[in-house]
Amino acid sequence: MWYFSAPREIVFGEDSLSHLNYIEGERAFIVSDPVLKQLGIVARIEGLLHDTGFETYTFAEVEPEPSLQTVKRGAKEAQAFEPDWIVALGGGSPMDAAKAIHVLYERPELDPTEINPMEVLGLHKAKLLAIPTTSGTGSEATWALVLTDTEERRKFSTGSREVVPQVAIIDPSLTMKLPPRVTADTGLDALTHAIEGYVATWHNSFTDGLCVKAAQLVFEYLPRAYADGENDLEAREEMGNAAAIAGMGFSSSNLGLAHAMGHSFGAYFKQPHGRAVSLFLPYAMDFTLNAGGARYGDIARFAGFTDSHDEVEAGRILTAKVRELQAQVGQPMSIAEFGISREAFEEALDILCMHAEMDTQFFTAPRIPESDELRKMFEYAYEGKAIDF
Amino acid sequence: MAYKFPSPEWTAAYEEVINNSDNYAAAAKNWEGDIILIVEGGPGIYLDLWHGKCRKSEFVEDPDAKDAEFKITASLEKWKRVMAGKLDPVQGMVTRQIHLKGNLVKIMKNVKAAQELVKCSMDVDTVFDE
Repeated sequence: MWYFSAPREIVFGEDSLSHLNYIEGERAFIVSDPVLKQLGIVARIEGLLHDTGFETYTFAEVEPEPSLQTVKRGAKEAQAFEPDWIVALGGGSPMDAAKAIHVLYERPELDPTEINPMEVLGLHKAKLLAIPTTSGTGSEATWALVLTDTEERRKFSTGSREVVPQVAIIDPSLTMKLPPRVTADTGLDALTHAIEGYVATWHNSFTDGLCVKAAQLVFEYLPRAYADGENDLEAREEMGNAAAIAGMGFSSSNLGLAHAMGHSFGAYFKQPHGRAVSLFLPYAMDFTLNAGGARYGDIARFAGFTDSHDEVEAGRILTAKVRELQAQVGQPMSIAEFGISREAFEEALDILCMHAEMDTQFFTAPRIPESDELRKMFEYAYEGKAIDF
Repeated sequence: MAYKFPSPEWTAAYEEVINNSDNYAAAAKNWEGDIILIVEGGPGIYLDLWHGKCRKSEFVEDPDAKDAEFKITASLEKWKRVMAGKLDPVQGMVTRQIHLKGNLVKIMKNVKAAQELVKCSMDVDTVFDE
C-alpha cells in the first residue's frame, strides 16, 4: 500500500496567472520573500487578487532555507488575518514556509517539527495555492517541506499529504528574469529530483514516467534557460513544467544520497539547496553504479544519450552527461570549489556525516553507504575525485 | 534453530543478534530510548536500546502494562511483511499500517538505526504461528 499525491489542478504555460480570475474566495494570505516584494512580483499578484475581489495580507519575510522561527511568526499573522486561501509565492523557501504556515494557522497547538505524514491534520479553513517563481524545487506539486533548525544547523525534511497545494500556477513570465546562477541552481535541483526519484527504493509505476520525462526536459532546456533565459520563453516554460513534473514524481518515491548529503552540507555551510544537492548527484550515482548500478540506464536511453542496455555502461553515460551539464551551467563540481577551506571542511566532517545519515532521504537510496564509506564520499567530493568504491 | 515470533525465545535471540551487529552499533551509537514492538491485540517485545546496544529485552504478555518511549504496533501479518523485507517500516508508518506511539521525529532522525534494527530481526531464524 502506498499513495500518489499531486495538486488537484496545475495551470501552466503563458498567461496562466490569468487563472487567478477564477479563484473563488475572500481573503488571501500571501507568503513570499523580501526580494520578490522588492521586484514588484508580490504587488503584481496582490493586484490580480484584488481584481478578483480578494482582500490580501502579505507576509514577505521568508528567508532562504526558512527557519522554524519564521514559520511560527507567519502562522501568528495568518491566525490574525483568517484567510480562506494561502498563496505561496516564490521559490522553494516561501513554498515550504507557506505549507508549514498553513498547518500552524489551522493547528496552532502543533510545533512545526510535529508535522509529519502520520498526523491527521484535518485542514479545512484555507486552501493552498502555489505560484512558483523558480523552476527547480517542485514544491508547488509536492507534499514535502524542508525547514531549517538554525540552532542545530540542520535541515528537517518532512511532509503531509494534506499540504499538497490545491492549485499550482506555473507561469513562465515569472521566471524569465531569473539570473543564470539561480536558473542553474534550481534547474539542477529539478534534475536531482528526477534522477534520484527514479532510482529511489520507493519508486513506483506512478512516479517512474514523471521522473524520466522531467530529467529529459532538464537536459534539453536547462542549457537554453541558462544561456538566454530572458528571451527564451519555451525554455522557461519547459523548465517550469520539468520542476513540477519531477516534484510530483519524487514526492511519492522519495529521494536518495545526493539529497541526504546535500541537505547536510547545505545547512552547515549555508549553501543554496539546489547547488548543494546537485553537487553530490554524480558522486551518489558513481557510488551506486560501482555496486552494479540502479536504473539510470532508462533515463539515459529516454533522453537519447545511448542505446546501450548494459545498465552500468548506460548509467556511466548518464553520469557523464550530468557532469557535462553541471560544467555547462557553471556549477561547482567539488566542495573545495565552493570556497570552503580544507580546515573548515575537516572540522565539519563528523557533523556532515551524522546529519546525512539521519536525513529522511538517506534510507531510500538504491545503495546505502556504511559510515566509513559516507565519510570517504564527502572526502572525495571535497577534492572532486570520482568515487571508486 | 527457528524461534516462534513472538515468544520469549525469539526475544532473547533478537537481543543477541542486535548486540552482535556492528552495523547496528554504528548506526545507533547516539540512540537512547526503549521500545516495545507489539503484535496487535497480543504480546510485545520490549527492548531497552542504548548507544548501539540492547541493554535489556523482555517478552511482555500485556504491552499496555509496560511503559516505553516508543510503542510500535502492527498485525502479525504486517510484522511478517516487515521481517521479510516486503514492507518498509517507515512506509508502513506513513500509511498507518504500522502504528507508532512516540515521537516520530526522533525516529526519522535515526532512520539508519531503525533500518539496522529491522535487518537484525531478519537475522533471527523465525517461524510464525499460522
